[in-house]
Amino acid sequence: MEKQTPDNLPRRRFLREGLWTGALAALGAACAVLLAKGRRQKYVWQIDPLKCIGCGNCATHCVLNESAVKCVHAYAMCGYCDLCTGYFIPEPKELTTAAENQLCPTGAIIRTFVEDPYFEYTIDEPLCVGCGKCVVGCNAFGNGSLFLQVRHDRCVNCNECAIAVACPSQAFKRVPIETPYIMKDA
Amino acid sequence: MNRLPRISIVLLLWLLCTVPAMSIQRFPPPEFETDHTIPTATQPSARSVGFEILDVAVLTAALSLASWLVLKKRSRRWIVVLMLFSLVYFGFWRKGCICSIGAIGNVTLAIFDSNYAIPWVMLLFFFLPLLFTLFFGRSFCAAVCPLGAVQDVVLLRPLEIVPWLETTLRLLAWLYLSVAVLLAATGSAFVICRYDPFVAFFRFSANPAIWIISFSMLIIAIFVGRPYCRFLCPYGLILRQVGRISKFRVTITPDECIHCRLCEGACPFGAIEKPTVEWPRTEYPRGRRRLITLICLLPVFIAAGIWIGHALHPKLAANHPVVQLAQRVKLEQTGVHLETIDMSKAFYSSGQTLEHLYASADQVSSQFALGSAIMGGFLGLVIGGTLLTHSIFWKRAEYEAHRAGCVACGRCYNYCPRHRKWLKDKKV
Repeated sequence: MEKQTPDNLPRRRFLREGLWTGALAALGAACAVLLAKGRRQKYVWQIDPLKCIGCGNCATHCVLNESAVKCVHAYAMCGYCDLCTGYFIPEPKELTTAAENQLCPTGAIIRTFVEDPYFEYTIDEPLCVGCGKCVVGCNAFGNGSLFLQVRHDRCVNCNECAIAVACPSQAFKRVPIETPYIMKDA
Repeated sequence: MNRLPRISIVLLLWLLCTVPAMSIQRFPPPEFETDHTIPTATQPSARSVGFEILDVAVLTAALSLASWLVLKKRSRRWIVVLMLFSLVYFGFWRKGCICSIGAIGNVTLAIFDSNYAIPWVMLLFFFLPLLFTLFFGRSFCAAVCPLGAVQDVVLLRPLEIVPWLETTLRLLAWLYLSVAVLLAATGSAFVICRYDPFVAFFRFSANPAIWIISFSMLIIAIFVGRPYCRFLCPYGLILRQVGRISKFRVTITPDECIHCRLCEGACPFGAIEKPTVEWPRTEYPRGRRRLITLICLLPVFIAAGIWIGHALHPKLAANHPVVQLAQRVKLEQTGVHLETIDMSKAFYSSGQTLEHLYASADQVSSQFALGSAIMGGFLGLVIGGTLLTHSIFWKRAEYEAHRAGCVACGRCYNYCPRHRKWLKDKKV
């Protein structure tokens, strides 16, 4: 004969077991319904370059001390201008690589001569902080070939991206991991 | 000088480019005479999918091992070892993100938003601990959750919290869960992730506000056992309810309770319940009257909750980005604010109409009106229900770990003389 404790009174036990079975069934059902709707693939955060306004929040709001957002160059779209408005401040003293002429606060854009009158601009990614100053400059007067992207070798893929929360133009969105970039020249 | 024409040209160009001109080729790409090849931008890939499967495997293994350690092995030492492993793996290695607690937001969004497809890994992280709790109690909280581990590690000077305060503070978790579900369901925010108190330590970086929250929580955790788990954690709250009906449970003693009272002060989380003393006969009629009053008051609590919830809905709706934008734009249109900010600038350049914006903001607001009323009613029910369950006399013959409150940390085992005897017998 089992000891009669309050826990194993027949009606309590019946209630508990009924509840337990019910909970298990509910859990299974909910999981099945969501699984049917779910995706095997993972999602990652990315910036829609067409919505981005280059506000500068990417540089300051990322949970990483050095933002996961960096500038990317769609070379195929670039005009290879001598007076690059993504590289130079408005009304630069002269078109040289001197620091006072550069728009980039960290000097992360490398300007190399290709042939007269063309120059190629490449991003020195470790220096880039993702402030988007060059993006604004390039969009304003150039072809818009400089744009911001979440770099997935750096991004920790927070469930709620802190930059997405601060993004004024709602340019951040979740994209499938298979196509983690939204390139402008694609 | 020739400043004026220059400025006007600049202005003209600027006007040209504010029109959706993002992809206009102002300067066609050159055709190089030298054999210069145009490079392509690199696209470093994200963490590979294989690691995702590893995460689920580690979670399942950790849950199984934790359940075995808690119920069969009964060893606090091994529970701590597993807890530290989880802290390193899910915390410092995976940076606290992927996490069962935060998955509440994703699951809620998946239920309410037909366009959002929840990744399977996320879904499993939400459901596996629930399933294990249904069988084995809260072994997830004991040794798998990295947030629990942080608090468990720093707990040095546990203070006792009086039961009424404990019960009252726990209502905060209900509030947090309800608000988090409402905001996730409306697609406004994942507040659980946003205010995660320990993820800052895992990443060694956060914004100042989160650092303040994190450090205060850590300091409180030195004196109050697992404050986040007990009084705030929304997932812990769900696990509590599931734990109430779990198949197996943590028992302080491996066989019988000898009422030695040694375990009385063992639990820093206030989860050990003493055997009850019989009420005096005169207490019963009073108890019955109290119960009847509370049952009659329950609808009043619910109604009050619905009213308060509905009254607060504009405040809650202001968390939604579309509502925020609409409010700002409206203030600019009516001349309250004269200058535009980034948010409104982006809206004006997007080419959307004002009517469309206001209509979608109104739609979100009406969702919030319904949602916050339901949330308020639910919280009223919770408060009424809490009062009810605390005015019922539950009979207990032994010292027991509370089914819901016990986080299965295993601290009490070594206090129990029966456990020590059981250990000795096992060795022989």
